[in-house]
Amino acid sequence: MRKTLMTGLALCALSVGQLAIADNHISDKQIETAVKARKAHMQLYAFHLGTLGAMAKDEAPYDAEAAQSAADAIAALAGLPQSGYWLPGSDNGSFENTRALPAIWAEGSDVGKKAQEFSAAVMAMQTAAGSGVDGLKAAMGPLGGACSSCHKEYRQSDD
Amino acid sequence: MQLTRRLIVRLLIFGGLLCVLGLYLTRPQQLPADALADHTPDATHGAVVYAAMGCASCHMAPKSEDQTVLSGGRSFVTDFGTFYAPNISSDVDHGIGGWSDLDIANAIVEGTSPGGQHYFPVFPYGSYLRAELSDVADLIAHLRQLPADSTPNRGHDVSFPFNIRTSLGGWKLLFLRDDWIITDTLTPQQERGRELVEALGHCGECHTPRNMFGGMKWDAWLAGAPIPGSKGRTPDIRPEKLQWSAGDIVAYLKTGLTPEYDSAGGEMVEVIANTSQLPDSDLEAIAAYLLMPALN
Repeated sequence: MRKTLMTGLALCALSVGQLAIADNHISDKQIETAVKARKAHMQLYAFHLGTLGAMAKDEAPYDAEAAQSAADAIAALAGLPQSGYWLPGSDNGSFENTRALPAIWAEGSDVGKKAQEFSAAVMAMQTAAGSGVDGLKAAMGPLGGACSSCHKEYRQSDD
Repeated sequence: MQLTRRLIVRLLIFGGLLCVLGLYLTRPQQLPADALADHTPDATHGAVVYAAMGCASCHMAPKSEDQTVLSGGRSFVTDFGTFYAPNISSDVDHGIGGWSDLDIANAIVEGTSPGGQHYFPVFPYGSYLRAELSDVADLIAHLRQLPADSTPNRGHDVSFPFNIRTSLGGWKLLFLRDDWIITDTLTPQQERGRELVEALGHCGECHTPRNMFGGMKWDAWLAGAPIPGSKGRTPDIRPEKLQWSAGDIVAYLKTGLTPEYDSAGGEMVEVIANTSQLPDSDLEAIAAYLLMPALN
């Protein structure tokens, strides 16, 4: 599982780079579909984080099985190929309905590194989630931090 | 003729006196020499104050994540020009290693440099002035333990007339507020929250809108504001608008995750890198303050 996840993420990072180089004709329709897909992907992370977060905030009783299943779902999502919906030209400078900044595709982008840090936090949550509420609580910080680390650099702030 | 000349001379003298009076009233303020004398500094508590004040977020090198190296250099684009955070590491030549404790305290709570000049209010002394001096003394003890870094300071890129530091005395007189913003009777927990939000955490510096001179609009305290140099806005965090529970606020300040499980972005990520180091009791105190109906 871990290896697959890491390889998946590494491949994602690589292919984003390759797409940036091979920027030939991508239609507006393709970009629109791509943006919808990645928002849906983010929404699924939020859904499963919600299960973990409710337990971490003592809003829901701790349930080892549900926690493990949510953490596994996040890991499975993180392992999905995503390069198809991070198309060049789908940044907020070229397309309206997104907050993704052009810096994602720009030279010197460390999106790949951030994806790896995210995967490390996800794996830590997978280890912790099922084995007690204290571990789950402790793993929430680094996981939220990994989300924020990318959103700080690569997502336009709200307006 | 002689009458006119006499009038001119009188006007000049009057004008001159007015200038002197103005300069006197807006001179850089300093703490009394014995302001820090009755307190034995506690560097361990100073580390908590350091996290609460968020010193590292602005004073680390650009892109750095090492909160102990305060080499400065980060730029702040504003409507008045671009400011660069100075080196406040313990380096004697380039940092604050050669400053006395009183010099550092004057900088933090009075916005006055050791050379007796006004600092630009990009440095949030307008919030820090409400801090307890014992906290400031503890912070200074902590700062002295951090490593030296020899990065030289970069001058601010601010154009006329905003580059005249003398005029900042008038700005301070007009736009700073010594008192707390919320002056109701508070529980001890709300009081701690007020100290963290209004003084140390300087939340209002970004979350409160400003007038055309950069002074905070006190009647719109924490109502959200445009982010200088960006298209975005900081959110309105008054309870009626935010609608978060105390648990939501604590979890957000700890993990960066919102009640919808979106994450923080932009500058707030750096704030959470600091608040996540605070004890739960402090985060709960911030929540207790932010949920006060008096904020609406």
